Amino acid sequence: MTGLNLTSPHVTGRTSVSWVMGWVLLALVPGWIVLIVSFSVGYAINMVLALLTALIAEALLLAWRGRPVMFFLKDLSALVTAALLALALPPLAPWWLTVLGTMIAIVFAKQLFGGLGNNPFNPAMVAYALLLVSLPLYMTTRWASPDFSLPITDTLAVIFAGQTPIDGATGATPLDVYKLDISRLTSAEVLQSPIFGSWIAEGWDVANLAFLAGGALLLWKRIITWHIPVSLLAGLGMMALLFSGDADVRTPIDLHLFAGATMLGAFFIATDPVSAATSNRGKLVYGAGIGVLIYLIRTWGNYPDAVAFAVLLMNFAAPLTDHYTRPRVYGHDKSVKGFKND
Amino acid sequence: MTAQAVIVTDKVFSLKGGIHPDERKTLSNTTPIAEVPLPSVLVLPLTMHLGAPADPVVSVGSTVRKGDVLATAVGGISAAVHAPTSGRICAIEERVIAHESGLPAPCILLEADGEDDWRARYGLPNWREQPVDELIQRLRDCGVVGQGGAGFPTDVKYRNKHKPITTLLINAAECEPYITADDRLMREHADEVLQGAVIAKHLLGASTIRLGIEDNKPQALVAMREAAGHLGIDLRISVVPTKYPSGGERQLIQLVTGQEVPRGGLPSDLGIVCQNVGTLASIYRAVVFDEPLISRVTTVTGEAVDAPGNYEVRIGTPIETVLNQAGVHLKKADRVIMGGPMMGFAIPDITAPLMKTTNCLLVPTRKELPRPMPDNPCIRCGLCEQACPVNLLPQQLFWASKHRDLDAAELHSINDCIECGACAYVCPSRIPLVQYYRYAKGELRNEQEEQIKSERARARFEARQARLEKERLEKEARRKARAKAAAEARAAKAESGSGEPDAQDDAIKAAMARAKAKKAGATQNTAEPSREDLEKALELAATKVKKANERLLVAEQESPAMVPALRKALTKLEEKHATAQAALENAAHGEPTRTEVKKETDS
Repeated sequence: MTGLNLTSPHVTGRTSVSWVMGWVLLALVPGWIVLIVSFSVGYAINMVLALLTALIAEALLLAWRGRPVMFFLKDLSALVTAALLALALPPLAPWWLTVLGTMIAIVFAKQLFGGLGNNPFNPAMVAYALLLVSLPLYMTTRWASPDFSLPITDTLAVIFAGQTPIDGATGATPLDVYKLDISRLTSAEVLQSPIFGSWIAEGWDVANLAFLAGGALLLWKRIITWHIPVSLLAGLGMMALLFSGDADVRTPIDLHLFAGATMLGAFFIATDPVSAATSNRGKLVYGAGIGVLIYLIRTWGNYPDAVAFAVLLMNFAAPLTDHYTRPRVYGHDKSVKGFKND
Repeated sequence: MTAQAVIVTDKVFSLKGGIHPDERKTLSNTTPIAEVPLPSVLVLPLTMHLGAPADPVVSVGSTVRKGDVLATAVGGISAAVHAPTSGRICAIEERVIAHESGLPAPCILLEADGEDDWRARYGLPNWREQPVDELIQRLRDCGVVGQGGAGFPTDVKYRNKHKPITTLLINAAECEPYITADDRLMREHADEVLQGAVIAKHLLGASTIRLGIEDNKPQALVAMREAAGHLGIDLRISVVPTKYPSGGERQLIQLVTGQEVPRGGLPSDLGIVCQNVGTLASIYRAVVFDEPLISRVTTVTGEAVDAPGNYEVRIGTPIETVLNQAGVHLKKADRVIMGGPMMGFAIPDITAPLMKTTNCLLVPTRKELPRPMPDNPCIRCGLCEQACPVNLLPQQLFWASKHRDLDAAELHSINDCIECGACAYVCPSRIPLVQYYRYAKGELRNEQEEQIKSERARARFEARQARLEKERLEKEARRKARAKAAAEARAAKAESGSGEPDAQDDAIKAAMARAKAKKAGATQNTAEPSREDLEKALELAATKVKKANERLLVAEQESPAMVPALRKALTKLEEKHATAQAALENAAHGEPTRTEVKKETDS
């Protein structure tokens, strides 16, 4: 016995940051596979590119900042950022878009803010938003069509050799298509397009279900709580019910929930704890805010999808939200709100 | 045998948060309570409780019998220390005790003579016939303190009468992993615990005895149920789900009653007094057998122990002796923990003695409780918030503590943190959260003390300024009075012309005038005290008399040598008080005070 003078507690649980991040990565796998199968092997290529770039960028930045490289690489957080970005980017975008985006996420949005735990904004979404506003052409037209199977060689050529994809192989997302077409067509006519397929939106609907399943896994493992996903979906759903009652005017609720990045956003992106609100009540406000903003931006904004912007806007609001949503402490009459104690 | 006992099982309310660490209770709860043989020397710290250290009443070389008082309680919150066996006092000196600080503390060393010879005991089997105050005094005289952990002097709980008490809550949750002392005590001595509870209920004037017990102690529950039935004791039982920290006093109250102890308040604000099962057994033994708290049941456990189990140990037994009795392999361990793994602390030295509050000695192997790992950054995952039983935001407290932002820490109610460690347990980043909170709490305490100190310094400075100003004004007044008298004298001299016979007369007159002026200045100095001053003086005298009376009462019981001196002082103070009262009465009736009378005679 060496007589270690330690204070309590002496026992800790078995979780670790890498355990948390590992489960998040695992929970992304079903959705990822659905995307590859339904749309394009480009999702797999993007994923490999993003993971490798993230590891290299993270290692370089850690070394440059004088931090223990392996210690932080092992926490897998860089991989989660990369994976989220790879799933959000269009599968047939050129390789440098993925690499550039991942570098922006790791270098600027994460490490330059102080590394894991210190970034005020979701790194993957910072990168996504920056690419979207800077390179809108690649970000909006390189989505793979579900009914057109591009051979692997062609996919590689498109991604790595700068080849322009064959007509019909790429296009816009269903949300984008519906929003553009509904101004001149009826809902039934818009939905004739093969992009919507037999159910809600070919490929996207199943992918959303797969991400929902992955989210359920995270809930079951208690890695996330229900607050953000539920309030996000409720916020988006409420807005859709209020303003999208007429499918001939605006995008209906089923498309809002299952045609875009909604489930990925609700369970994997908005729940990024570093940049979210922290108290349970705060998470409700935060999630609901993202849900409402997604609807507002999708409906009245200029972008096809809105998860990235909605998340980033609520990232701004998270610290303030935290100050007004503290829980009532045991024995107190009411919760302490604001910045001053009375 | 009294009437049929009414034993009911109550519904249980919910407790927010909490964790489920490995219980590891079966390691120690399968064998009966065993004895630890008497050591040759017992070390009895003067502070084994919360409050003022006890005051030794024995000297080195004196012989004592088992149960004799070695040190008495001092002041309101304190507890006496008794001889756990008969023997000779071999030293009163500083020894290392089991405390986080590792600092030595004054201890009485008792060399056992092996006779284990009891002092005369005056048990009160018919305690119901005794006045309540006397029974409470008995608890104080027997050095009974809370044995759940904090060591709060038990008699204080029964003296505190600011709210009527309706419920005695028996805390039998024992939620810390590994510890089974209460479990075994209930299984083997449920009757003692319950009879202690009946005494406690009587002392409190309470109407109900409730039992809060975790569902991982079914045998103890059966034993308590059976004992209550056969003793005819009404009991309301709440079987709470096993979850740490349901055994915290406030947490158990929430589980059992659904109520929260108000912020800054006590359980008595809800009409509840909570007692640990071990404490109740001690109450019973103190009242009925006049046995002071000189031994207790302690769990000795951990994988580095050959015979983990529960042991009846004399207070003051060196921990080393206890561990050797249980067969310990210290090479396998890197710490010995007093208390449980969640809230206990690693003791600095195993020669330190076992104390009244030692409910567990845990010797884990290195593999069993590994050393802390380097922590990762906080990823704000919020698992800590889900685990916090008092609804704090541990993560915000962490940021505030880390940055020494004490205002923010207070804003997030850091002082409501019970340091249970649930947050640190669930933290995936392995951040030593509780240690951060302790740091911030310490800094807050320091800051508050500094503030009080500077407040005092300011008051002192202002008082000095006022005094200097007053002195300056008085000096000024005297100077003016003298100048005036001199002017008058000069005027008188000029008026009377330069007649020879008068001149001498004038000189005398002038001298008299000067003297008078001087006197006036002097009387101004001891100016007539105002009514307020007199009242203050009277009040001061009254409190002094009261204090002296109290001191005298204490002395009569504890140190007879001091009594005559204190009596004398008291008489003097009483005289002073009478004078002050007379002065005030005089002033009240508008009668001339002594100074006024004096002035008149002067002129």
